[in-house]
Amino acid sequence: MFKGIIGLLAGVALAGPVMAQQPQPEMQQIRAAVLRVDEERLPPISRLDLPVEDLGFAGARLAIEDNDTTGRFMGQDFEALEVTATPDTAAAELDRILAEGIQFVVVLADDATTLALADQAGDRAMLLNARARADSLRGVDCRFNTIHVAPSHAMLTDALAQFLMWKNWPDWLLVHGSHPEDQALAGAWRRSAAKFGAKIVEERVFEDTGGARSTDSGHVQVQAKMPVFTQRAPDYDVLIAADESDIFAPYLPYLTWDPRPVAGSAGLVPRSWHPAMEAWGGTQYQNRFEKLANRPIREEDYQAWLALRIVGEAATRTQSADPATLREFILSDQFDVAGFKGQKLTVRDWDHQVRQPILLTTGVLTTSVSPQDQYLHQTSALDTLGIDRPETECSF
Amino acid sequence: MKHILVLAPALALLAEPALANRVFVTNEKGNDVTVLDSDTLEVIGTYPVGNRPRGITISPDGTELYVCASDDNLVRVFDPNTMEELHTLPSGPDPELFVLHPSGNPLYVANEDDNLVTVVDVKTKQVLAEIPVGVEPEGMGVSPDGKIVINTSETTNMAHFIDTDTFEIVANVLVDSRPRFAEYNHDGTKLYVSAEIGGTVSVIDPATQEITKKITFEVPGVLPEAIQPVGVRVTNDGKKVFVALGPSNRVAVIDGETDEVKDYLLVGQRVWQMAFTPDEKYLFTTNGNSNDVSVIDVAAEEVIKSVAVGQQPWGVVVAPN
Repeated sequence: MFKGIIGLLAGVALAGPVMAQQPQPEMQQIRAAVLRVDEERLPPISRLDLPVEDLGFAGARLAIEDNDTTGRFMGQDFEALEVTATPDTAAAELDRILAEGIQFVVVLADDATTLALADQAGDRAMLLNARARADSLRGVDCRFNTIHVAPSHAMLTDALAQFLMWKNWPDWLLVHGSHPEDQALAGAWRRSAAKFGAKIVEERVFEDTGGARSTDSGHVQVQAKMPVFTQRAPDYDVLIAADESDIFAPYLPYLTWDPRPVAGSAGLVPRSWHPAMEAWGGTQYQNRFEKLANRPIREEDYQAWLALRIVGEAATRTQSADPATLREFILSDQFDVAGFKGQKLTVRDWDHQVRQPILLTTGVLTTSVSPQDQYLHQTSALDTLGIDRPETECSF
Repeated sequence: MKHILVLAPALALLAEPALANRVFVTNEKGNDVTVLDSDTLEVIGTYPVGNRPRGITISPDGTELYVCASDDNLVRVFDPNTMEELHTLPSGPDPELFVLHPSGNPLYVANEDDNLVTVVDVKTKQVLAEIPVGVEPEGMGVSPDGKIVINTSETTNMAHFIDTDTFEIVANVLVDSRPRFAEYNHDGTKLYVSAEIGGTVSVIDPATQEITKKITFEVPGVLPEAIQPVGVRVTNDGKKVFVALGPSNRVAVIDGETDEVKDYLLVGQRVWQMAFTPDEKYLFTTNGNSNDVSVIDVAAEEVIKSVAVGQQPWGVVVAPN
């Protein structure tokens, strides 16, 4: 039937010469690696957070698919080696990656390992940090060769602080864990409170006393314990939980002595991404991911995806596969990338942190996205989140 | 102000009313279409059209109204006069935007989820072709001679030139981030492609597929991130180009000869799509976050009215007759 239509159209003269762009015989190769360093950890408090085998890698695979679809039109082919390691084997695995001549390495590791790998790579590779959140990695311990795709603690706490101030909940009860990373996160909360005019009315430490995570009918003791732990607090609006180690925060909602909302590491949680996010084309992104991975997306997947999209975008724009050219472009003020967050994402030149909106999420939905409208900035509203140029402790 | 209104009852008696056209607005959240009268600018009625209606267009003879029902994964076809559903067309999954061939057939549909453009014969209701394109195809444009269909892919950041005879991609033009919309001027000498995240409109010479100019936007007091070009419309004489700038709540007016921005018009919140009346007296804009439509007087380049419609207005088309 459609032949008839085509017959009609054939009579219409071509407007101009239409040059077919054939796939180039020699495809440019752009190679990267994803290095995931798994520590031995206790199981999570909730089995919904159980580790998945392809954590981060699934996001990386989606990025390679996306990059290759564009590459098909540009004559570029993308590849990402997937490597798992333990903290003990991470250095050897990085050596192996570097020996293959790969110069873009997405790293999913804790703060200390990320820093060690950055120093090991030196000028031989660009690292894209897709997990570690420590502010020190963007501050005193910043490294020129590292792009921080994961948001920093300061960005996450600022994002939630802006929302709490908009909500008129300026008085916070801060409960933090006893591990060093919990202390660091508590520090970020103190900084955000000072920055946005909130008041921490009291701080409490939830000691990690060890023991099993989930016990049969363990909720009985939790229900008895949490109200007592939070009683006799000065007047406060919201309880902020700083629990990077996943020891206690999920126990707090609805079990505080006073009827107060919980935010931070439980309740309303600031995140780089959420599996129910649907704005700004997010639905299509979620669909593509779920089709590929057969599970909902996690933050590590989004961050690994974005890291490899940064490499892909640079290759597309420069039409180059030369790592030095790509690196230079990513760090230039010409660079931006789209990440389903409603605006272009760029790289801060003072600490190589990727600027990005932060989602404030409950268990099932995105409640809000920061920066909040009323927080203005002379260059980018995104720089109201995290460490801004004048306050950075980073010098390359 | 509208003395013409007094005459309207007399005109209604004529077989073909000369002034009023029906304006159809899809309400993405409301699952319905609001119909306006382009003369009185009043709402005529609101009609259910299926789940998550977005793209909307009408046949050149004005007898069939096509609505992308995104969550139903099909295109619903309505009688524009009665708003009765006539039938449906296969569209491929999650149809968002489409364009009709200037002859009225076929329909070219962007399938965001499947990286495909689906070509559907609107008479036989058969799928004629599925064309693989870049990631997240969205914008669809067609050259005035009907030889080339343009698809924009939002994550690949390209305008794909598709030959309507062979259904092959004949050229790809890399534009800025998240291209949302493609629109030719009426003599086919220029193609405008908007980039939502890039914040630009690329002007492409269709003959050479070269970008001849990138239009940038700057609104005093509005953060650059909020300036997100989406819908583009060009007057028949090619002299005025209107660009909807999303959450900056502005429509840019561009000189179609120099491609320089002349003015910014304040409209409702998150303006995305636009449509002219056939006489180009008015341009209607859909403002998704303020649930209204702004009416622009094209000659005066002024917003003259806003009309409340349904929830989250998305697309708009005006009947040709």
